[in-house]
Amino acid sequence: MIKVKFPSVFVQITGKRRIEVDGAEKVSDLLEKLFQDFPKLKDRLLKDGELTPFINIFVNGEDIRHLNGLETKLSDGDEVTFIPAISGG
Amino acid sequence: MRDEQIKRYARQIIMPEIGVKGQKKLLESRVLVVGAGGLGSPAIQYLAGAGVGFLGIADGDAVDISNLQRQTIHAGNLGMNKAESAKKFVEELNPDVEVEVYPFHLSPENIRDIVRGYDVVLDCTDNFVSRFLINDACVIEGIPFVHSAVLRFEGEIMTIIPGESACYRCVFAHAPPPGSVPTCQEAGVVGATVGVLGTLQAVEAIKILLNIGEPLKNRMLHVDLLTMDFTELKLKKNPECPVCSGKVREIIPEKYAESCQL
Repeated sequence: MIKVKFPSVFVQITGKRRIEVDGAEKVSDLLEKLFQDFPKLKDRLLKDGELTPFINIFVNGEDIRHLNGLETKLSDGDEVTFIPAISGG
Repeated sequence: MRDEQIKRYARQIIMPEIGVKGQKKLLESRVLVVGAGGLGSPAIQYLAGAGVGFLGIADGDAVDISNLQRQTIHAGNLGMNKAESAKKFVEELNPDVEVEVYPFHLSPENIRDIVRGYDVVLDCTDNFVSRFLINDACVIEGIPFVHSAVLRFEGEIMTIIPGESACYRCVFAHAPPPGSVPTCQEAGVVGATVGVLGTLQAVEAIKILLNIGEPLKNRMLHVDLLTMDFTELKLKKNPECPVCSGKVREIIPEKYAESCQL
């Protein structure tokens, strides 16, 4: 199981802040599964097929840009966090 | 230090991390707080209380009744400029603190002159353009700063030591298109959320000034107070970051109209 944490700006799409996803071997698999369950998430995360620069994806606290991007491998118990740019103050 | 100061700062002086030496250092320090709103109010309150000797406070807005749910230092000052109102609060709390007020919004034209000369800057603003301006000006001028941003029950904080750690632009390359990310005005914020994050910014400033502990360098702390989830994210300098790689040495006003893309 992969643990997924969503920011509050995703909650109107996902309904929950934390979910668990089974059977994702890499980040791209996880995204495919999330897009199946929450189609609107795709518009938030991808622009012209590329990840938007305004939302960063971390696996166990490490930015996937410094790992293997969408090809970053996932294993049981890993935690994936989405961090969007926010500006309130 | 005078007797009265020894009494005033007794709870700090007694700590091995601060002591008389640290307290004197705080009294000689200069911190700029940009934004005297939700994040700035608690930050100003604790920096002033701690005896940071010189506080710069920048804000171009006036106190509105909708601010008071979270910006408690402005009590009784409806309609007054927020930087002026914050100054009034500081003067009542602690006469040791000298305040310089910048009662206007920071701009590409004035930002470098204003941040220069401060030991630490706190980014307590509420919009992306100001956040990128503060990042770029502080990195170019070599001034440590503490970024924080909030929404609803959520917040993030990171400390940037120019030359040593990842900057805000290493994390987010430029600003999202206007309207794509909700503001607190659109999506809301709980007063206590800015209280937590602004207070953490004050703690980071004190740590940097005294060179103690472990500031949030190359780390972002993300907090979700609805679930009480605190997540530490590891950050790295982006070798292609135009600002902290040293390629960009000037603030070019046209770049900060909207996207802040360099």
